[in-house]
Amino acid sequence: MEYSTPSPINHQPSTVWAALAQIPDPEIPVVSITDMGMVRDVTVGDAGRVTVTFTPTFSGCPALHVIRDSIEQAVRDLGVTDVEVRSTLTPPWTTDWINDDARERLRQYGIAPPAPTGEGQLIQLDAEPTRCPRCGSLNVRMTASFGPTLCKRMYVCDTCREPFEGFKSV
Amino acid sequence: MTTGIQALTDTQTQALLLKLTVLADDEIILAHRDGEWTGHAPILEEDIALANIAQDELGHAGLYLSLAQTLGGSDPDRVAFWRGPDDYRNTRLVELPKGDWAFTMVRQFLYDTAEALWLEAATRSTYAPLAEIAAKAVREEKFHVQHTALWVERLALGTPESERRTQAALTELWPHAAQLFQPVEGEDELTAAGILPDLNAVHARWTDLITRHLVDKCGLTLPDAPTTQPGRDTHTHHLAPLLEEMQSVARQHPDAEVW
Repeated sequence: MEYSTPSPINHQPSTVWAALAQIPDPEIPVVSITDMGMVRDVTVGDAGRVTVTFTPTFSGCPALHVIRDSIEQAVRDLGVTDVEVRSTLTPPWTTDWINDDARERLRQYGIAPPAPTGEGQLIQLDAEPTRCPRCGSLNVRMTASFGPTLCKRMYVCDTCREPFEGFKSV
Repeated sequence: MTTGIQALTDTQTQALLLKLTVLADDEIILAHRDGEWTGHAPILEEDIALANIAQDELGHAGLYLSLAQTLGGSDPDRVAFWRGPDDYRNTRLVELPKGDWAFTMVRQFLYDTAEALWLEAATRSTYAPLAEIAAKAVREEKFHVQHTALWVERLALGTPESERRTQAALTELWPHAAQLFQPVEGEDELTAAGILPDLNAVHARWTDLITRHLVDKCGLTLPDAPTTQPGRDTHTHHLAPLLEEMQSVARQHPDAEVW
C-alpha cells in the first residue's frame, strides 16, 4: 500500500475535530455529529494513524453505518490515509451531551430540544415536560411516543395549535 | 469492579454464548412479529411506534450477537439468517402469531417489563462488556415499557370489547411468559460469578411490577401459572414459517454483502 506524504497540519487532533464538526447528523441535518456529542475521542498516532471513537445514539439507529463511513471519509479528505473508526458504548450516549448552540438550532428547526435527563426511575410513565419550539408554551400534548426517528416523539401545542417533534430525553 | 474477557473460564464462555444467543433470539423473533404490523396497525402513529420498537429490539440483538462473536460465536447475520427453527432458542411467547392489537400490546408489555428489569440488573454485571450493553439498551427499553404499559391500561379500561380482548390475550400468553425466566445451561455459575443477574430475583420483581399494573391498575386477572415449562428448544409450529419469511432474502442471495 502506498502512502502519500502526510501534511503535518492535517495531523492535529483539532483539525480532525474541525472536519468532523462539518458532518451533519444524517437524520437531523441541522446539527452535526459533534454537536450531538457522538464523537468521543480523536487521537493521532506517531505513524500518522488517526483514530476516531464515536458512540451510537440509539443501538438500532439505521444511520450508524452512514455516520461511520462519513467519519472515515472526512478524515481521508484531510489527506490522512491511515484511519480507524471505533465505536464505544461506554459511557452510553445521552442527550445531555447535545451542546447549547445545537439545542437552539433544533428549536429553530421545529424540534423541541431534550429536557435534562437526571437519574429518574426506570419505570416512569410520565414523559418529561416539553416546551413548544414555536411559541414556547408548556401547554402541549404528546400525540405519539415514537416519531419518524428513534430519537423523537410527536407532540401538538394546545396554545398555538402546531404539531411538532420533540427530542426524547435519554 | 469489572472483569475482562480473559477472566472467563471455558465453561463460562460457553454458557455466556448460549445466554447471548437466547437473548438475541427473543429480540429477533419479537421484532419480526412487531414488524408484521407495518402498514396494518390501527393508526399510523402505532404503525410507526411498533416499527421503532422492532428497530430497537434488533439493535439489542445486534449488541448481544456482536459480543457473542468476540467470544467465538458466528457472524451476527449468519446467526440470524442461517439457522432454522431447530436451532433458534427463543421463547414461545415471542413466536406466537401477532394476533389482534390487544394480543400484541399485552405480549409486548410482558416482554418489555421483563427485558427492562433484566437489563437494569445486568448493568451491575461484573463482566464489563455485558454491563455496557445493558446500560445502553435499558435506556431504550424504558420507552417501550412506558408505551405498552399505557396501551394495556387503555385497552383494559376501555370498552367491554377491548377489555374482553385484553383479558383473552393475557390468558393465552400467560402460560408462556414464565419461560422468559428459564435459565440456560450453566447460567447458575455465571450468576454466582456476578456475570449474569439473578434470574429468580428479576422474576420476582417482574411478577410484582406486572401484578401492580395488570391486576391493581387495569383490573385484569392473572391466570394460574403452569407448573412445568418445556425448554427453549421446543417450539410451536408458528416459528418455521416466520423464519422462512424472515430469512428468504438472505437465503436467495447468500453472497450479498450489502442489503
